[in-house]
Amino acid sequence: MILRHMSAAAAALALLALPAAAMAQAAKPNDAQIAHIAYTAGQLDIAAGKQALAKSHNKAVRDFAQEMVRDHTAVNDQALALVKKLGVTPQANPTSTALSGAAAAKLKAYAKLSGAAFDKAYVDNEVAYHKTVNGALESTLIPSAQNGELKALLQTGLKLFTEHQHHAEMLAAGLK
Amino acid sequence: MIAKPVSTFAQRALAAAAALAILAVAVAGCAKPAQPRTFTVTIAQMAYGPTPPSMRVGDSIKWVNADILQHTATAKDGSFDVDLPPKATATTRIAHAGTVDFYCRYHPGMTGRLSVAG
Repeated sequence: MILRHMSAAAAALALLALPAAAMAQAAKPNDAQIAHIAYTAGQLDIAAGKQALAKSHNKAVRDFAQEMVRDHTAVNDQALALVKKLGVTPQANPTSTALSGAAAAKLKAYAKLSGAAFDKAYVDNEVAYHKTVNGALESTLIPSAQNGELKALLQTGLKLFTEHQHHAEMLAAGLK
Repeated sequence: MIAKPVSTFAQRALAAAAALAILAVAVAGCAKPAQPRTFTVTIAQMAYGPTPPSMRVGDSIKWVNADILQHTATAKDGSFDVDLPPKATATTRIAHAGTVDFYCRYHPGMTGRLSVAG
């Protein structure tokens, strides 16, 4: 009985999942769009890190921000060199535009904060931001990437940004 | 008259060379068992490569950062802490026996372990 219920539930889930998968297939970004999304995501985190370095007086927060600026700059330098080598021009798309819009709003909002309130807002947002970007890398960007070198760079990016997410989570726990 | 000092000089030189050769053999013979070795551990794509299985006190690790990111090799017991910008190399001499866990200060999820015999 339970088994039958379970298989019915599984069938219903499979039916639900199918159209979603088909949609994802149709919306699959190409390499030029993937490069733009990944590069933009990195630049936005560099901008957030620079804002933190300008505003925060907390050593742990500043060290983290410095790490974000350094690591994301290194990955983006590599990404630029790769697209140049491949002759790909990164292409703006709704995902990268949405990321930029959201990040601009955060920068503006955080500009008004200071001290511990700023530190907390910055670090909490870093946790959420890296979660979002890592989710996108894992579910869409890496599986969709056609070029092997781009795929490999995104995979290194995912390892790195997962580390950043853990670091941000540890930091957030310490700030509470 | 002139030949004699020259020949004496040549004989002395020969004797000195022979003595040096004997000394060199003796030094090489003595030093061989304790010769410290250098092992390379390469960092790439956010991970440390394999560490040597048979290290001894006095051996060294040559850290090679082949990644595009800055890393460190930092011993949890504080015995070493090496900062490695991208493409940099650095060498650490291992002075103590035992197991040493190490990690990257910037990316603490990156870890490795050295096992050092006495």
